[in-house]
Parts: sequence; C-alpha cells; structure tokens
Amino acid sequence: MCSVCGCAEGETRIEGVDHHQGHHHHHEHEQPHLHFGQGAARAHVPGLTQQRMVQIEQDILGKNDRYAQQNREEFARRSLFALNLVSSPGSGKTSLLTRTLKELKERFPVAVIEGDQQTSNDADRIRETGAQAVQINTGKGCHLDAHMVGHALEQLDALRGGVLFIENVGNLVCPAAFDLGEAHKVAILSVTEGEDKPIKYPDMFHAADLLLLNKVDLLPHLNFDVEACIDYARRVKPDIQVIQVSAQTGEGMQEWLEWLLAGRSGLIHQRLQELEQEAQALQTLL
Amino acid sequence: MHEMSIAEGVIQLLEEQALAQQFSRVKKLWLEVGPLASVDTASLQFCFEAVSRHTLAEAAVLEIIETPGLAWCLGCETQVGIRQRFDACPDCGSYQLQVIQGDELRVKELEVD
Repeated sequence: MCSVCGCAEGETRIEGVDHHQGHHHHHEHEQPHLHFGQGAARAHVPGLTQQRMVQIEQDILGKNDRYAQQNREEFARRSLFALNLVSSPGSGKTSLLTRTLKELKERFPVAVIEGDQQTSNDADRIRETGAQAVQINTGKGCHLDAHMVGHALEQLDALRGGVLFIENVGNLVCPAAFDLGEAHKVAILSVTEGEDKPIKYPDMFHAADLLLLNKVDLLPHLNFDVEACIDYARRVKPDIQVIQVSAQTGEGMQEWLEWLLAGRSGLIHQRLQELEQEAQALQTLL
Repeated sequence: MHEMSIAEGVIQLLEEQALAQQFSRVKKLWLEVGPLASVDTASLQFCFEAVSRHTLAEAAVLEIIETPGLAWCLGCETQVGIRQRFDACPDCGSYQLQVIQGDELRVKELEVD
C-alpha cells in the first residue's frame, strides 16, 4: 500500500509518474499515464474481544470528499478553473473539448485530465490540439474519484491560472456521486440521445450546474424536443443553465466560451481578493 | 455499478475504525441510505458480500436503513416528501423543489467483537 496517501494498487492506471516507491505504477507511454488502484486495505487489528456496539455516523464517501477538498484547495492555490465534464459515451465530449481548447489555448493555459476505462485515444486527440493531457485509465472502474484526480494533477504541476477540464468516464450514473473538487459539473447531452435523459438519470443532471446540449446541427433530422429536454432538466435542477452547441458547426460556441471566461475571471477575482486580505493582514504584523 | 467502490469504501472505513476503536471483527453494521444517494441497495448488499470476504467484516450482516427524502417547495413554502429528484410537489405540482434530505450514505452503527 502507498505510504503517502494509502492507495492500494489495482486496476487503475494514470499516465506518467511512477508515483511512490513500492507502487506498481508503470510507464506505458512517453506521455503522463498513471496506474493505481482501489480495493480495501487488508489490515487486521488485534483488539478487544467482547461484543459491543460502536456508533460511528460516518459518511461512506467521506474519504473521497476529503481528497476532493484537497484538490479544491490546490485548484484555488493555482487559480485554476476546474470543470468536471460528465455525459454518456458518444455525446461528443471530446470533439467539443478539442474545439474549445483550440479557441482557448492562445489566451491562457489549458489542460485536460481524461478518464476512460481503457486506451489513451482521447488524450492523444487532446494533445493534437497542443494542449497538455493526462490520461487516467480506471480499469474496471466506472468513474473518476478525487484521489485519482489528485495524482493526475501532480502531472500538471506547471499549470496555473487557466482552465482544467476533467473529462469523466462516459457514464450518466456513477460519476454523479464523486466530487472531484471541481468548480462545476458540466453535463453534455447530445440531441441524438433521448430528450428524457435528465429524468432517466436525475442524479447526474441534478449535480450539474450547466447543461451543454450538443450536436444541435442535427436537430432538423431528428424528433428531439429541445423545450421538453430543458423542462426535464429543470425538474431535477431548477437553476441549471443550458447552452445549445454544435462542436461540428460552431453554433453556440461563443456562448459556451463566454460562460467559461466569466467563470475563470470570477475565480481569479476571488483569489485576488483573498490574497489582498492576506497581504493586508501581513502588513499589520510589521 | 459504483456500488462496488462504495462497498470498498465501507470496508476501508471499518478498517480505520477498527484501529481507532480497538475491535477486530464486525458482526453487523447499519447503513443509512437515502433515496437520492444514487445507490441501489440490493446491488450494495451483493457487492458488500463480495468485498467483505477475507476482511474483518466477513459474513457480517448488512442492515440498510432507508431514510426519507425531503424537499422544500418554493411555491408552497413548506416541507414535502419526495422519492426521486424529479418528483413534483405533492400539493401544488410544481418542480421548484430544493432537496433538504435524502442523499445520506453513511455508516451509522456497528456491532463488533
């Protein structure tokens, strides 16, 4: 078991670092790709033998939430606007992302943490845009957790003041339950899916702050009711924002980029304010 | 599907507690699970049985306490019961509900040796 963070080796693999000694993380590619795991530590502890009741009242996801908090502090320290992109497989996340990266990378640093069960195909597509990418392969895992993201973040140690996209495993169920420390979850739903996806998978759409309705260029060929879809999304999340986009034609991209820019400047303003307060507090010590 | 990770999380939590509270076996445990916790309780039972093998919780009985879902209706300004995220207010039919309770997922109590 890893002595630094307690992670056990297993199915998960992240590109890049060998992590800590004693770990079976290994280099598969030139590009960062880490491998680490999950699974219970097998510690048996000698203790009292008499039967008794123990009240613990502990959140099962508490451990993930603690890692998420560490990530959140790291994002703040580096003034990084981090987004957790969630969707079903085939919603066009990666295409939307490559187009977005091309627009943003001249303005400020951008990077991507890519989650997939297997392959580094998506990270390779991202790198073609010139942006930095770290692939996490979850093996049998169906979602990214905050611990994996924390290690992937170590691979992006020079990244400051920009936008970090975390492309989660294509799955509309499990990633909803795992906070990664992101500023927002962004759900991507393509119009080739059903308009009732938000109520079929309510947990995910409830967890998201923004819904990107993708592939809207295909609407003329489909019986997809946009209004109904938005109505369903607002049933599970009354204040969800919706932007209709097409990664193919560029429709709606401007609105999406403006949302990103506003979020990023908001975060930097907040960081600036905190640092100014801290500086003022230090002044008074002189 | 993520019930497997959750079951593993339970075992990790039990192992941490075993160190802190000095016990070596868990015979029975009570979990509080809300209807909005994104957890299928039957699947969780199955996964727990699988991952608890060869651990301090092998053959432990897993009791699941299903907590009620509650939301605040912005229209009625009152608290209402819900089963799902997209439920309408049972009184006014509005979907303007803010969830107050129902996403619990916690280990409440243990019977240990």
